[in-house]
Amino acid sequence: MPDLAINQIIGYVIICIGVIFDLFGVLGLVRLPDVYNRLQAATKSVTFGSAGILFGVFVYSGFTAMGFKAILCAVFILLTSPVSAHAVARAAHKAGIKLTDKTIIDLYRQDKEKSEEQK
Amino acid sequence: MRVFRWFIGLLFIAAFFVINFVVFTEIPFNYKLINVLLFCSLFILIRVVKGPSVADRIVAIDILGILIIGICAILAIALQRSYFIDIGIAWGLQSFIGALALAKFLEGRSLDA
Repeated sequence: MPDLAINQIIGYVIICIGVIFDLFGVLGLVRLPDVYNRLQAATKSVTFGSAGILFGVFVYSGFTAMGFKAILCAVFILLTSPVSAHAVARAAHKAGIKLTDKTIIDLYRQDKEKSEEQK
Repeated sequence: MRVFRWFIGLLFIAAFFVINFVVFTEIPFNYKLINVLLFCSLFILIRVVKGPSVADRIVAIDILGILIIGICAILAIALQRSYFIDIGIAWGLQSFIGALALAKFLEGRSLDA
């Protein structure tokens, strides 16, 4: 174990937390039964994991060019990933991909039926 | 049968972690973290190959893009080069635009036949 400064140790701890979040999100992607459940598990968890890795790189390298670029990339991920997840979920529901059998309620379909009745 | 599948999966993951962190000791720690992320991308490729619908594959490719940004960030501190994070930013832009385009292409039609 080489000698590390205190900010490098904290940076490695945050990076390890991010990697663990990535692993759990990917397990959810493999394991869950439905498109929407997979999206729910994978997008949030993997986004937080990668943003955590980038924040750990910022803590590791301090106020240098690499640190500021890492913060920029983390903000970019946190802004764009929910947008693409929402677009994919909406497109999947409009394309008629079925929900799993254990589903209790589907409010989006009820809203669409109600708006079609009003027309 | 279900317990058997759970057991196989847990055994696979535990075998990977033992081989990565216990058996090979002379590899630097950064490359071990990159190995864990590559193991995650193996699961994503399973979902791409096996996924029953098109939306599964689109979600898996989007997640793979976000995971590769993490790999680029760890490579940047492993090699002490800051341009890997530039590669990560560009990769994230391409992945975002690709996911939006595929979602608009999927919307309103069933590609599965």
